[in-house]
Amino acid sequence: MSSLLDPAEMTATAIAQAVASRKLSALDVLEAVLARIGARDGVLNAFTDVIAEPARAKARAIDAAIAAGQSVGPLAGVPFAVKNLFDVQGLVTRAGAKINRDSSPASRDATLIERMEAAGAVLVGALNMGEYAYDFTGENIHDGNSCNPHDTSRMTGGSSGGSGGAVGGRLVPIALGSDTNGSIRVPASFCGIFGLKPTYGRLSRARTFPFVASLDHLGPLARSVEDLAASYDAMQGADADDAACTTRAVEPVTPFLAQGIGGLRVAIAGGHFQQHLFPEAIEAVGRVAKALNATEVVEVPEAARARAAAYVITTTEGASLHLDRLRTRAHDFDPAVRDRLIAGAMVPAPLVDRAQKFRRWYRARVLELFKHVDVLIAPATPCVAPKIGQVNFVLDGVELPVRANIGIHTQPISFIGLPVVAVPVPLEPMPIGVQLIAAPWREDLVLRVAHALQQMGVAAAPEPKGL
Amino acid sequence: MADRSDDDLDDYIDAVGRALGLPIEDAWRPTIRANLEVSLRLAKLVDDYKLPDESEPASVFIA
Repeated sequence: MSSLLDPAEMTATAIAQAVASRKLSALDVLEAVLARIGARDGVLNAFTDVIAEPARAKARAIDAAIAAGQSVGPLAGVPFAVKNLFDVQGLVTRAGAKINRDSSPASRDATLIERMEAAGAVLVGALNMGEYAYDFTGENIHDGNSCNPHDTSRMTGGSSGGSGGAVGGRLVPIALGSDTNGSIRVPASFCGIFGLKPTYGRLSRARTFPFVASLDHLGPLARSVEDLAASYDAMQGADADDAACTTRAVEPVTPFLAQGIGGLRVAIAGGHFQQHLFPEAIEAVGRVAKALNATEVVEVPEAARARAAAYVITTTEGASLHLDRLRTRAHDFDPAVRDRLIAGAMVPAPLVDRAQKFRRWYRARVLELFKHVDVLIAPATPCVAPKIGQVNFVLDGVELPVRANIGIHTQPISFIGLPVVAVPVPLEPMPIGVQLIAAPWREDLVLRVAHALQQMGVAAAPEPKGL
Repeated sequence: MADRSDDDLDDYIDAVGRALGLPIEDAWRPTIRANLEVSLRLAKLVDDYKLPDESEPASVFIA
């Protein structure tokens, strides 16, 4: 290796440039990443599967293509990993569950894996997650808990817990996760990394295990905004295999990252988004707002009710998905997940229909708001990562369950499919995330603002300590 | 929604569990009830917000 820097420490964009210019080989990069996984994953428990040999074959093919003068794509030689609800050819798609281990191995990769690899990226494995993605903690009774790279006694957040731990712990530069109510943004916040939840329908979910079809999104987690943008650009595009996937033209965002924030109207989300916050979340939002000269506070109408409606739709659609498994294999679930799903099956149908009607009403009100604002700032989580196993926290003098309240600020946003970047604010001793939110299909705006914050040093993925 | 007791909710859980063919062991009941109470409390928050009769759900089907 000719670089002084360990490739495992490099961003995806830096790796791709080094590989394309033959300063590093894709195989050297991969071996460094596999060594890093070997050194750290025993502590972090981010990976459920490492596919070293298929990855080596792909890395060699990339090196051969470069040597032959062929085009290799914008992510040439970039190692990445996926939450284990993505189908990976030859692996059983666990979705964090014991039950799904009885399924046959996947016969084809998920669409997003195919698109990442078409851009030159190299899949190295599958990542730990909360059972069936019904989780905000990163805890898993079957595979063991994901551990936070900044303090291994703390949660990664979930449900894309391994994705957060693997990127924050510098095992891979990019991981893919899913976000139904916050499952990309919460681990991004707790693990001190960037996470993009795109507009609902923008990225194909084909050949991934679902949770709540009307709320499920997929997206990348990374340590730089350029890496989020590069992977997002590589994964866009229509896909007939996902009924919700848009037929809009691909809209690359990378060319616009450096445009800055001049002329953008940035406001702070008020009301619900300024309540139920620990001091660190208030501090993080304040730092971001100050850096962006944002002083206007905008009320997002009925956001608490939106969160409630998202909760109702989630628990009932999730129960419907798993009804047969609840009937026949109830003892094989994590009991906490099982009991939530059984309860979800018992919510009367008229209340679910009302939640769906409220959803349309709320969407119209929020879109109205975006006629006057380009980007909204909101907390990603109420607090930094709690201790693994922590059940309650005391907020505003009231003892509340941790699990149910971690996502109270993410749920009203994904409820109507808005694009969001969670940016890490490197507070000490633990980082915490802030959401940047825009109107549908305006990923370019939130990534531009995230890039500006990164350039100012206000948003940054801190080095993990003690690994 | 009218006030209800734990016994009412337990009876409801048993009835719906039987109707859906869901096995519910006694040891699971307190957690199921606690989760259902949260769901119903949040659903009530939505239910309390009155929308016009013409309101369409978000999941409108397009032929």
